[in-house]
Amino acid sequence: MANLNVSIGNLKFKNPVLMASGTFGYGIEFEDLIDLSQIGGIFVKGTTLHPREGNDYPRMAETASGMLNAVGLQNKGVDYFISYIYPAIKNIDTRMMVNVSGSTIEEYVACAEKIDALEKIPAIELNISCPNVKQGGMAFGIDSASAAQVVKAVRKVYHKVLIVKLTPNVTDVTEIAKAVETEGADAVSLINTLLGMAINVEKRKSALSTITGGLSGPCIKPIALQMVYRTSKVVKIPVIGIGGILNWKDAVEFILAGATAIQIGTANFIDPTVSIKTIEGIDNYLNKHGFKSVKELINYEL
Amino acid sequence: MRYIGDWVVKENYRIHDHYSLLKLTLDKEIPEMMPGQFVQVRVDDSPSTFLRRPISVHFIDRQANELWLLIQIIGDGTRRLAKSRPGDSINLIYPLGNGFSLPEDIFSAPDTNKKLLLVGGGGGVAPLLYLGARLSALNYKPVFLSGARSQNDLLQIDEFRKFGTVYLATEDGSCGEKGFVTNHSILESGDFDYLYICGPKPMMIAVAKYARQHSIPGEVSLENTMACGMGVCLCCVEKTVSGNMRTCIEGPIFNINTLTWQI
Ligand SMILES: Cc1cc2nc3c(=O)[nH]c(=O)nc-3n(C[C@H](O)[C@H](O)[C@H](O)COP(=O)(O)OP(=O)(O)OC[C@H]3O[C@@H](n4cnc5c(N)ncnc54)[C@H](O)[C@@H]3O)c2cc1C
Ligand SMILES: Cc1cc2nc3c(=O)[nH]c(=O)nc-3n(C[C@H](O)[C@H](O)[C@H](O)COP(=O)(O)O)c2cc1C
Ligand code: FES
Repeated sequence: MANLNVSIGNLKFKNPVLMASGTFGYGIEFEDLIDLSQIGGIFVKGTTLHPREGNDYPRMAETASGMLNAVGLQNKGVDYFISYIYPAIKNIDTRMMVNVSGSTIEEYVACAEKIDALEKIPAIELNISCPNVKQGGMAFGIDSASAAQVVKAVRKVYHKVLIVKLTPNVTDVTEIAKAVETEGADAVSLINTLLGMAINVEKRKSALSTITGGLSGPCIKPIALQMVYRTSKVVKIPVIGIGGILNWKDAVEFILAGATAIQIGTANFIDPTVSIKTIEGIDNYLNKHGFKSVKELINYEL
Repeated sequence: MRYIGDWVVKENYRIHDHYSLLKLTLDKEIPEMMPGQFVQVRVDDSPSTFLRRPISVHFIDRQANELWLLIQIIGDGTRRLAKSRPGDSINLIYPLGNGFSLPEDIFSAPDTNKKLLLVGGGGGVAPLLYLGARLSALNYKPVFLSGARSQNDLLQIDEFRKFGTVYLATEDGSCGEKGFVTNHSILESGDFDYLYICGPKPMMIAVAKYARQHSIPGEVSLENTMACGMGVCLCCVEKTVSGNMRTCIEGPIFNINTLTWQI
């Protein structure tokens, strides 16, 4: 068995395979099917200061090798999370991290502050990249100045590992990455979903209630890989690679491109055991090629 | 408890152009599954479908250790499933969602004389067969009312007859009474204690309206499009009187009084 440990800031992970927010619930939904303690870490569903009902149905459309979603950050709010969900998940033996979203900087700050107090949550992922909400969300992530502002404000109140999740719906993702690094982000994760749409021609209506939505799944992988590669070349903080990862091979591609860790999203819907298979696959790959540690692959000279 | 595993296709009856009855078996005893629950079926070898497809438990044959799925072919995924051949392996996540309420959940005192009406439209009859079988095993006498466009779309009638009385309606009058299920004469009396409804949405709305008019309680099985089927993606929500509910977890069975449909 090769050494699969990786670190982000001062936080150690058993392995680089993390579960993407919004695609793995709170982890417990998968408890019957897999041993959660084998996973590197879990980003729970996007959490906001106030409860949100999310968008109207239909919220999902399947597309070639991908899917569009327009969930709109439905969640019961951070107080509900702290009172009812946190007690149920805090003893899961993996890194449990919260994905934080908001409509205003104040909301991001207030939400992050509350989560800072939770002993068993060692990191948050600031979602400044959700394409499915009218206010805030991606609006903060498409401009270096506003991205920097949110991160700066949250950094003041949040003392643990701060990861910032970036949107691909920008001219140059590396600019945003550099801006949030300057404000004290411990890592960046990318990519969130790409803006997309689909039309039902029989009904002559958009397939989603919100007309446009976020595209995820294997169809976005080449785009994500390119962005991870370019970003990892310009920032010193770790990059977490996300986008269309279906198996260990995809994961290794992201690590070779510069990712310190990876997240699996949509693939969990197709195969809820994909996390475990990916971890095993990375280990086999390292053994087969004579690497002692997964760290030897990160940012490989391609 | 949820499981994931490979099942083996034992038989595939192509009922006709648009429907297949798949009989799947497992190398161990099939765990408890309730009528109304569903499974998430992985569709291999179909490039345009990559998410799993939710399909209701149509029947469980305990003796043969078989799970039956009744598939209506509407797109690439269901077309691929309907092509499965004996010996093929199909990966399922099972069982998912909540089942139908059974008499013990509905009535304060057990009374096998209660009149239970099961109304199905087209492929929507799928979950009602196993429900009827369960009710019959509990000594109830379920009444089935099945409606479809024409005779060809009336499915599994002989199977339903094993467990209760069957009434039929077709839009073209090719079998049973002519018209929609809601026009069927069996409904005139309004004399039912509980309704179970599954079918196309307009039909479910019409039957739910009938239930309201006659103050008959009842429930429907919804088929909102799903991505995960396990409660994590929040794509399948239905608006209810208590906010958005996940069809795959809080449903797919919903009491008609909890829905915000314009009935
Ligand atoms: C809980 C549940 C139980 C179900 N049980 C059964 C069952 O027992 N037997 C069965 O045959 N089907 C059942 N369905 C419906 C079945 O899941 C869909 O028909 C199937 O996913 C369509 O896949 P496809 O690839 O063939 O079609 P697609 O190519 O995905 O779709 C073809 C067309 O059908 C429409 N469509 C897709 N899904 C649905 C849907 N869920 N409802 C209405 N229209 C849809 C699409 O918009 C598209 O226009 C159930 C659905 C749910 C949610
Ligand atoms: C249904 C769904 C819900 C999502 N919800 C969130 C969310 O709440 N917060 C967030 O940062 N990203 C969310 N995402 C984005 C994913 O975490 C991930 O960045 C994206 O799906 C790309 O990865 P993938 O191709 O592996 O799915 C969601 C994605 C999907 C498909
Ligand atoms: S299908 Fe994902 S939550 Fe219901």
